[in-house]
Amino acid sequence: MIVLAVDAEKELGAFKLAVRFEAAGGVTALFGPSGAGKTTVVNMIAGLLPPDRGSIVLGDKVLFDAAAGINVPPHRRHIGYVFQEDRLFPHLSVRQNLDYGRRMSGRSRDADDFARIVALLDIGHLLERRPRLLSGGERQRVAVGRALLMRPGLLLLDEPLASLDAGRKREILPYLVRLRDDARVPMVYVSHSAGELRRIATKVVRLDAGRVVAAGGIELLDATAIDELE
Amino acid sequence: MFDLSPAEWTAVLLSLRIALVATAFALPFGIAIGWLLARKKFWGKTLLDGLVYLPLVLPPVVTGYLLLISFGRKGPIGAFLADHFGIVFSFRWTGAALSCGIMGFPLMVRPIRLALEAIDRRLEEAAGTLGAGRFLVFLTITLPLALPGIIAGAVLCFARALGEFGATITFVSNIPGETQTISAAIYTLMQIPGGDAAAGRLVLFAIVLALAALVVSEWFARRAGMRVQGQ
Repeated sequence: MIVLAVDAEKELGAFKLAVRFEAAGGVTALFGPSGAGKTTVVNMIAGLLPPDRGSIVLGDKVLFDAAAGINVPPHRRHIGYVFQEDRLFPHLSVRQNLDYGRRMSGRSRDADDFARIVALLDIGHLLERRPRLLSGGERQRVAVGRALLMRPGLLLLDEPLASLDAGRKREILPYLVRLRDDARVPMVYVSHSAGELRRIATKVVRLDAGRVVAAGGIELLDATAIDELE
Repeated sequence: MFDLSPAEWTAVLLSLRIALVATAFALPFGIAIGWLLARKKFWGKTLLDGLVYLPLVLPPVVTGYLLLISFGRKGPIGAFLADHFGIVFSFRWTGAALSCGIMGFPLMVRPIRLALEAIDRRLEEAAGTLGAGRFLVFLTITLPLALPGIIAGAVLCFARALGEFGATITFVSNIPGETQTISAAIYTLMQIPGGDAAAGRLVLFAIVLALAALVVSEWFARRAGMRVQGQ
């Protein structure tokens, strides 16, 4: 079943992006070298950057359609976004950060949902702290939890491990694998690391210089070792 | 502790009331203008920027005179407000609050604008993806993060309003109990023989008041700064 269908073009100065791909449930990896346009693609899906042409459809909802003049604003897309940097709100506690999406949508408290995700990410002991006092790995786990607790129809993760050292990466990956196996929300996972994606991806879309050069199973990760290229 | 006469107390309390009301009414405008200058590009932005800072560089008497001819009983704005809303500024304490608010406005806008410019816009983007519309993002992210600057701006405006003299006395004169603030009272006392002692008491009180305002604002600003940075 297709969850997400992207067909978008965007010109940013000299850089031309034209991508077309589909994502099903599970984890769809956007894989490619730096500058391939991966972050541009997720920003377009999230609604932070409007494409010049094309359309983006999530489930049965058209999020963007240039021809029809549709551009749903980010706050109505119900798409969770875990950024490269955690972007936690410094003036709020971890608990308030986690609660932010629910409060903004005006839903009533759901203690079970909250407890389940806090347990999944193992952040229960951090709830009353401020983000500043957390380690990089803890912050990124909270950021994942915050995006999940808004009950997104899709979760975007843009190099969520890029800002962490090797030890922290090993610390977080198992949580993300757990999240995938929990299978409640489809994910689009951006990375330039084949090693990382081998652990988590179920489908791979390879980008290079603003184009989709291949799409298929995780065997695509073995075809080229971009890790070694960089 | 301060052996002020009832007339002197009247001037002190009036000054406080005028400065507080001036700051409270200026604050929403200060935030709005600070936000416009920090975030928006529009035609006439340089002009608005200049207008906001004008009271800082104009002689206060000129500001007072301009207020008199526009907000006075016969001025176009003053007549309109008096006829339609019953709001009268001339020779009232409300007029003093208006002139003090305008004189303090440039000092209020600047720190608010700087605080808004310093905010990491990516946090607002993140709030958007979490389901907050633009106004909610402003209320829950932008405003709290700018709070130290907003407090600093409010305190500076308050301090300026407390000491304002030239524009106020030009616009609403020097009427005991209505428009005679501490500054105006000191000025009056200095003009009459034997008024030195009373003037001295008020001067002393003004110094204590200013120091207290500084200490309190420092405390507020530090607390707000710590909150924002999550300490």
